[in-house]
Amino acid sequence: MEQSTGQKIATALVGWGLSLLMAFPILWMALAAFKTESQAIASPPIFFFAPTLENFAAVFERANYPHFFLNSVVVAGGSTLLALIIGLPAAYAMAFYPTKRTKDVLVWMLSTKMMPAVGVLVPIYLMFRSAGLIDTRSGLVFMYTLMNLPIVVWMLFTFFKDVPKEILEAALLDGARPVQQFWMLLLPLTAPGIASTGLLAVILAWNEAFWSINLSTSNATPLTAFIASFSSPEGLFWAKLSAASLLAIGPILAFGWMTQKQLVRGLTFGAVK
Amino acid sequence: MLLSPKNPALARPVVAEDEPLINTTPLMAPSVVLLFIWMIVPLAMTLWFSVQRYNLLDPTSVGFAWFDNYEFLLTDPALLNAIKNTIALVVGVLAATVVFGVACAVALDAQFPGRGIARLFCIIPFFVMPTVSALVWKNLLMNPVNGLFSWVLKSVGLPAIDWFSNYPLSSIGIIVAWQWIPFATLILLTSLQSLDREQIEAARMDGARGWTLFWNITLPHLYRSITIVVMIETIFLLSVFAEILVTTSGGPGEASTTLPFLIYKTALLDYDVGGASAGGVIAIILANIVAFFLVRTIAHNLER
Repeated sequence: MEQSTGQKIATALVGWGLSLLMAFPILWMALAAFKTESQAIASPPIFFFAPTLENFAAVFERANYPHFFLNSVVVAGGSTLLALIIGLPAAYAMAFYPTKRTKDVLVWMLSTKMMPAVGVLVPIYLMFRSAGLIDTRSGLVFMYTLMNLPIVVWMLFTFFKDVPKEILEAALLDGARPVQQFWMLLLPLTAPGIASTGLLAVILAWNEAFWSINLSTSNATPLTAFIASFSSPEGLFWAKLSAASLLAIGPILAFGWMTQKQLVRGLTFGAVK
Repeated sequence: MLLSPKNPALARPVVAEDEPLINTTPLMAPSVVLLFIWMIVPLAMTLWFSVQRYNLLDPTSVGFAWFDNYEFLLTDPALLNAIKNTIALVVGVLAATVVFGVACAVALDAQFPGRGIARLFCIIPFFVMPTVSALVWKNLLMNPVNGLFSWVLKSVGLPAIDWFSNYPLSSIGIIVAWQWIPFATLILLTSLQSLDREQIEAARMDGARGWTLFWNITLPHLYRSITIVVMIETIFLLSVFAEILVTTSGGPGEASTTLPFLIYKTALLDYDVGGASAGGVIAIILANIVAFFLVRTIAHNLER
């Protein structure tokens, strides 16, 4: 299909225009992170300035930032690892040794995701309180593991389903036992899929805000809840807020970009591939 | 954990025949048991508390309230207001994300230089934690004095808008829509890539152009994906919380209090466990109406 030059330029302009519009708030925030506080609140806005790193230094000094960052890493990483350890065997069993009930089990697992968090806020809060889990990392790890487990199982299931049956049968014919087959053949074959599953779980746990705000107060507070504490002081700390935010979303943006293709599969439970 | 008892059937070189090669129970058990507890226990407790007189600040209020909590909630204008706000937010955000999601997906499906990078830019908002998104919009963009929007409005001669005081729910809606447009875009883009190019070429041969092509070929093709986007987003949008907490805290007055926020206020600010649980039950019922259709669609998909 031949396109005129005008059409080509229009297509590029629309595509880039929409994308930049979507990214603008974050780009603008990233810019503010390198401004001084007075530059950040200046009106008319300042587009060109000598960048400064003082906001990042201030964030690290004052807010105990590394502590919150570490909480996010531990909580997101720990819950993902746990969900993978628990979910992998189940996904494997359902993908390769399906029974009549497998479909029902999968659909049921999915339906546990449909419970709105706020509907069970009260019992979870009370249970956490009596178990001494409020404001602990292990409490949040536990919550996020349960939150991500259905997605992890589903995503792994669809990746395992994509493995050609013939390869596995050939391995069994060669005398490999199911356990060997799993470790030597299946894991290497599906490693990219397992990795994207893990990345998606990390992203979801890292950005989770409802439980982190309601179940942590200071010790276990991850970055989402820490950033929420910036909501009270109006105005004056925009540059520092931007710097703290940029540090908080940086790693996850990188992960998100890496996993964008598999993301669709995970978030739609395999309904769109 | 992965080891299973040796099975005589092992010798048979067939995968998944009538008798499985391995015992799958120990593989399934951890996931199934955990999710089963996760499904049953909090739900049962919510139901139980919702018929109890239970206030954390008032130890004298104990015993069965039966349906008093529900009666109190259902006759309280705050609940009706919160449900109205929730529905307005969900429907508004859904409409915006579908329209802009389709626009972005179609625009980013076309060939142009730097398309890969443009796509990455477009999906940024989805990976930004909700508290950061809300604070960036609240301060850097929508602040009535120093925000970028007020400067833009002033420079074209319009009065600045105090977004969160005058249009609290719409402002929150704009932020949430911005967060979810990339989700719609990603899914619809994936779906567009499976669109039969020959079909488009054939339609072009027949003289279909631009809008005709879009309405008659592209949009019908996207229909199923749009349904999935709508259902999945609804589940998540029914629980929008952090964006409200850091921008308006449900105010001014109750203008931007949604059902999740009302429950949060009742439970953790008023310590009324019974009332909050009754609200929780209502939220669960609302979500399940949507979930029913979503689960059916996905289960149907599994069969193909």
